[in-house]
Amino acid sequence: MKTLRAWFLRIGGLFSKAGRESDLSDEIESHLQLHIDDNLRAGMSPDLARRNALLKLGGIEPLKEACRDRRSVPFIQNLLRDVRFALRQLQKNPGFTATAILMLALGMCASIAIFAFVDAALLKPLPYRDPARLLGVFESTPTDRQTSDLSYPDYLDWKKLNSAFSSLDAYQHSAFGLSTSSGAEKASGARVTDGFFRTLGVTPVIGRDFHPGEDLPGAPRTALLSYATWQQRYGSKPDVLGKTVTLNGEPTVIIGVLHREFHFPPAEPAEFWTALHAASECDLRRSCHFLYSVGRLKEGVSMQAALADLQSIASRLEKLYPGSNRDQGANVMPLSEVIVGNIRPILLVLLSGAVLLLIIAAVNVASLLLVRSESRRREIAVRHALGASTARLLSQFVAEGLVLVAAGSALGVAAASVVMKLLVKLIPADALASMSYLAHIGWNMRMWIFAGLLALLASVLFSLTPAVHLSRSEIQPGLTEGSRSSTGNAWRHLGSKLIVIELATAMVLLVGAGLLGKSLYHLLRVEVGFAADRLLMLQVAAPRSSYANGAQAAAFVRRVLDRIAGLPGVQSVGLTTDIPVSHWGDTTWFRVVGRPWHGEHNDTPERDVSPGYFTTIGAKLLRGRYFLEKEDASKPRVAIV
Amino acid sequence: MPEKTDVWQGTLALMVLKTLDTLGPLHGYGIARRIEQTSGNLLSLNYGTLYPALLKLEQEGSISSEWGSSENNRKAKFYKLTRAGRKQLEREAQNWEQTTAILARFLSPSGGAA
Repeated sequence: MKTLRAWFLRIGGLFSKAGRESDLSDEIESHLQLHIDDNLRAGMSPDLARRNALLKLGGIEPLKEACRDRRSVPFIQNLLRDVRFALRQLQKNPGFTATAILMLALGMCASIAIFAFVDAALLKPLPYRDPARLLGVFESTPTDRQTSDLSYPDYLDWKKLNSAFSSLDAYQHSAFGLSTSSGAEKASGARVTDGFFRTLGVTPVIGRDFHPGEDLPGAPRTALLSYATWQQRYGSKPDVLGKTVTLNGEPTVIIGVLHREFHFPPAEPAEFWTALHAASECDLRRSCHFLYSVGRLKEGVSMQAALADLQSIASRLEKLYPGSNRDQGANVMPLSEVIVGNIRPILLVLLSGAVLLLIIAAVNVASLLLVRSESRRREIAVRHALGASTARLLSQFVAEGLVLVAAGSALGVAAASVVMKLLVKLIPADALASMSYLAHIGWNMRMWIFAGLLALLASVLFSLTPAVHLSRSEIQPGLTEGSRSSTGNAWRHLGSKLIVIELATAMVLLVGAGLLGKSLYHLLRVEVGFAADRLLMLQVAAPRSSYANGAQAAAFVRRVLDRIAGLPGVQSVGLTTDIPVSHWGDTTWFRVVGRPWHGEHNDTPERDVSPGYFTTIGAKLLRGRYFLEKEDASKPRVAIV
Repeated sequence: MPEKTDVWQGTLALMVLKTLDTLGPLHGYGIARRIEQTSGNLLSLNYGTLYPALLKLEQEGSISSEWGSSENNRKAKFYKLTRAGRKQLEREAQNWEQTTAILARFLSPSGGAA
């Protein structure tokens, strides 16, 4: 306590000095006077009296020095003096200073901004309770061994039969037709089973979670809102609870709002989270796959054990339902893998690139400093000869390095804050919606620590480079004018090493950038088998309730196609269940007529298209013919391979 | 800059506190003379060492200072014991007595066996 108070005063002493200094002189003067008075009274001659008093007091200057040191903190005082000196030195050399600071700021900015993404995607824990025990649960099929989706009946069986999970829930990303006063509007959403949010361990910020059983067809339809939707569509008003919205023609009651930080990218973008209500033909068919699953592991159960458990269930189901479940196994992976798995390598590559850039910047600045220390060799030698201790000389360089790093870091941090936001804007809105963990990118503890570490490393590098250089080479020769040769040697020694490091890093970056560019070039020119120019894509969704059977749906499709074909500027129109070069995992099984069948299982991607599809996308036909308009449900089924 | 050994610093501080306790507010020179006299001139005190010690005590809040005039009308800085200083004195005096008592027993002819 006492020492703390003393230290406060001493640190305060760094800033106010003048008054205390004269106070001390006065006190010493008064002390001497009192002593001289005494001595005179004792009968000494004035001369002797004064000499005796001075002698008894000891040296006045050492005394003042001791009090001065006591009053403030000499180390910091020296450092402050060095910093002031460094500032003056740097001011004298604006070109050098600006270059060094800008280079450093650039390197810091790139590293910090990219690190912000790495942090948001890879380091920040997922916003769920105990996320390490959450697993993504998938089916594994011959076409997709990793992440195939489940059918509702399969999911129910897995949920019922497994012994590895304390809870297993499922979700499906989907879109709703939202009826508003100005007509129907497409709203993104997700259908989830009743325990989905409990499994994740999140609770709504207002309202309630789904009750058990609320996802069954008989229960009234209910939905939770995402926080952003609550803000944008309902003005953050709490009376949104209990309101009824019409989703896909079904009245649905809003029962809660999810937390602002909540995100679940695999099912997003999602404005409305509804309970599943599996009622449609596809929902109930064992071969209609549309659900992904997430499970919470029981205490002490490993991922391998869970996988084995699910696989045994899957093989039992395969025997029970050979018609739909042939070759369908199971796969699990950590939920974090499901969420950020595909972005991890990209981010790590970017981060390494940014760090390499920072290394180049740092090496550049270090060599600039080295050149400067070279030109100051004489000055240093003179100061050394005049009695400056090596420590004081070194602290001079440390101060200079600190000033540079401080300025560079400040600038870098400021720039990074801006660049982060800009980079987020560069990501297309659709892609960003499925990477919702990036939405709240910004400064946090980990990022400050990262920035601090970078700054620390940079300061160590910058203060040590000239220091090591100086202590290595003899200081004395610096005094003599003709010392060019020895200094040249030393510079060649360190400088060449720095250049090697720099060239190597630059090479790595260049080659990396070149390869990326080449891949992009190939990607743009890849032969996809159709003419991609002047093609527009339109997604159409219609409520199942209004178009329940095939004939109604087909009529609707024809009407849509006719209307679009009638628009001015439209040359042709086609329809497909999956857009070109991608597929939603729609597959079919086939056997070849006329060839002996040995029980092999042929599972292949498939899409349903309209007659105009191939001509519209400009696909090349090798042999045979396209579909014809008149080939509808009444005619034999045909296919193109 | 290495400070004097702790024992010496500590003892000097204790002497200063005790002097101020006995004589009331006093200037640096007076304190120095008093310490010298009390020690029966056995202790040769370099007056200069007193001032850093006074500064330290003041920073720690044990004493406070004020300019005033001496008995023969010289301007001088007077030091005064604060309440915290009085407590510190009590505590340290007790500690010191204990230490000396233990040492005395240790060094007595019977070697502490009694």
